[in-house]
Amino acid sequence: MFLNQFLLFAALLFCIGVYGVLTRKNGVLILMSIELILNAVNINLVAFGAFNGTIAGQVFALFVIAVAAAEVGVGLAIVLLIYRNRRSIDVSEADLLQG
Amino acid sequence: MPIFAAEVANTFEMNSWFFDNAWLIPALMAASFVVTLFFGKRLGAKAHVIGVGAVAASFVLALLTAYSWISQVEGYDGGAENAVVATELAAGDEFAAEDVTSHNVEGGGAATPAPVVTSVCWFDTGDAPNNNCDDRGAAKAVGIGTLIDGQSVMMLVVVTFISLLVHVFSTDYVSGDRRYTHYFAFLSLFTASMLFMVLASSTLQLIVGWELVGVCSFVLIGHWWEEKPNSDAAMKAFLTNRVGDIGLLIGVSILFVTAGNTFDIQTINNAALTGVISQNSLLVASLALMAAVMSKSGQFILHTWLPDAMAGPTPVSALIHAATMVVAGIYMIGRLYPVFWEGLSIAGSNLNAMALIGGITTVGGGLLAFVQRDIKKVLAYSTVSQLGYMVMALGVGAWTAAMFHLFTHAIFKACLFLGAGSVSHSVHSFDMKNDMGGLRKYMPKTFITFMIATGALIGLPPLAGFWSKDEILAGAGVWSGTGGNGTYYIPFIFGLITAGLTAAYMTRTIWLVFFGQYRGNGTPHESGPRITIPLSILAGLAVVVGFLNVPEELPLIGSRFGLKFQNWFEPGGGTVFPVIAHAKPSFSLAIVATGIGLISIFTVWTYYQRLYAKDSRATEVTGGIRDRSALARAGHTVLVEKYYLDHLYTGVIAGSTKGWLARSAYWVNQNIIDNVINYTGKGAAATGRFLYRYIDQGAIDGTVNGTGLTALSVGGILRRMQSGKVRQYATLMFGAATVLAAIFIIAV
Repeated sequence: MFLNQFLLFAALLFCIGVYGVLTRKNGVLILMSIELILNAVNINLVAFGAFNGTIAGQVFALFVIAVAAAEVGVGLAIVLLIYRNRRSIDVSEADLLQG
Repeated sequence: MPIFAAEVANTFEMNSWFFDNAWLIPALMAASFVVTLFFGKRLGAKAHVIGVGAVAASFVLALLTAYSWISQVEGYDGGAENAVVATELAAGDEFAAEDVTSHNVEGGGAATPAPVVTSVCWFDTGDAPNNNCDDRGAAKAVGIGTLIDGQSVMMLVVVTFISLLVHVFSTDYVSGDRRYTHYFAFLSLFTASMLFMVLASSTLQLIVGWELVGVCSFVLIGHWWEEKPNSDAAMKAFLTNRVGDIGLLIGVSILFVTAGNTFDIQTINNAALTGVISQNSLLVASLALMAAVMSKSGQFILHTWLPDAMAGPTPVSALIHAATMVVAGIYMIGRLYPVFWEGLSIAGSNLNAMALIGGITTVGGGLLAFVQRDIKKVLAYSTVSQLGYMVMALGVGAWTAAMFHLFTHAIFKACLFLGAGSVSHSVHSFDMKNDMGGLRKYMPKTFITFMIATGALIGLPPLAGFWSKDEILAGAGVWSGTGGNGTYYIPFIFGLITAGLTAAYMTRTIWLVFFGQYRGNGTPHESGPRITIPLSILAGLAVVVGFLNVPEELPLIGSRFGLKFQNWFEPGGGTVFPVIAHAKPSFSLAIVATGIGLISIFTVWTYYQRLYAKDSRATEVTGGIRDRSALARAGHTVLVEKYYLDHLYTGVIAGSTKGWLARSAYWVNQNIIDNVINYTGKGAAATGRFLYRYIDQGAIDGTVNGTGLTALSVGGILRRMQSGKVRQYATLMFGAATVLAAIFIIAV
């Protein structure tokens, strides 16, 4: 099988996502990077499912997509509120929770 | 009686119901006590309704129980059962067989059914088989229950009846009293306790009832405790009774051990008669029990509390200190008669110590009644004297005569006391010499009832006292043709002397109270119906109850009513008892005894008539024998000083012990107890200081402060990690995840 290719591709996508999360200051870009991480996971799930000959992986992937949609909805709402308060969506400025 | 006989079969179920549930009678009164005590205040001046209702119900129950018993006696064919008992006993012990004859077998009189014992397990200490107290031989298990036989049903009726009348009388006599509910509550408790004692099936129960009536007596004597003499009298009664109670405790303990670890009265009686208990143990036990009898039933030399007990309200004196409680001792002798009879027989002299004590009491008490000014004290000494009569009768073996005298005495003495109460209610005093006289014109009902009761006490035929007194005199067996179970000269002579004395001092009392000229203040008036009706009932009964036990030989009525009391109430059936003396009645003896009484009455009457002729207000003669003879004067002084017994008790016995006892107690207190306390206190203070300084301030406070400081500094370090920057958190998270993943890969 060509499972390895899928896994490598997913790992690449995951790393891009992590990089995006860690380096971007823009809230919207961070959310997009998280989407990349989640999709990397989806690829893994579908690949393992196909490899084992079950549809469990695809079912899980569908669940992840649904949860991701909800997460993005909440995340964009937060970003929108931050923008309304500060006229900026730079997350490094939103540090009111520091100890 | 044919009526009874016909109903026996139908009423058997009903009879046994009354016998099995006799506990209801005292229980009712106990309930009345509790209810009156807790809810009486709300009823205010009507607080008596609970007590009166309960005692009326008890009286009805007691009457039905007595009726059941009598109907069972009348329908009992006897014979067989008794014969079995006698044979068994005879087979068991050759020696005892002579004594142990159920009197029915011996005397051939009407048979009495066996006593009915109903009991439940009170407590057991583990050895009773299946926790079953019914097995009355079982050691270490004690039952509580009722013993129904002739003696107890007789007492049930007497106690509830007198109590009922006294309750009614009291509603008028103590009306408006500040402790009205308290009074009726304790009247109820007394009745309950007395009934409990009467029904006792074990000696332990007897003690409980005995002590309870003592407490009630104490409370009621001291009812008006605000006045010192009243509370002193209560204390004296209580303490004197305690002396006897110790005897009771010792006696019961000895009987418990020697009769084979049992409190059961019937078993003890059996053991006493069959020789299971040795003669020495019996002697000691009966002497100890006699001390209890002497204190409770006012026998010399422990009688001194009884006259003082007159400090209580008069109805209480009538109920407790004349009719019921003071006969508890007589009742106990009757209950444990085998113990007393066997224990106190003075070997070989045909004399019983009971007869001696009773004889001395009856004469000594009678003499003291002569020098009293207080009408209640005359009656109190008269009670002492009559109680002595009963003990004497028991001492000569005349069990039935003693119980019959107890029965009649309860009625006429209650009548006398209530009459005295009626008089004092009217003249507001008990002093016969200063505040009474001539009252027959003002209080005719009280006068007539008092006269009838006095006649009964003196023993004038055909009033109640005549029959019972005559039976006792005949029971002494001295008079020719009377028989009895021995010849007892000393009790007989004492009995005759007392017959004369009683007549004389009662005539003196009657004269001082009802005749002559009124010496008090104001105008006396007759008492209300709640006082006169009980008086009339009692006086009426004082006339008729004597006929319950008239000799069968008596013409006209003898064959119909003769010896009913004896047939109904004497023990029989399955019980063993010493031979009860059934003396033959003697017509000549009755004439002599009555003659002595009449001569005394005549002498005293003449004395006072002559006094009255000289001075209509005089109560004692001046220049009489007391002023002329030093011997008479000395005798009078001894009587006024009550044989110096009070001086002996308070002055000599208490006085010689209390000084050094108090001093040594004080020394022990100051030097030993106080030191212990002081050093304990000092030690505690030092320990406290040490604890404060080192443990509290050092260890505990240090720990608490240290914990706080540590938390503060750790918090200061950790707060820097929380920057609020999301990307830093993410970095940390991913970094940590990477590290964990690396560990995972390496380790697995």
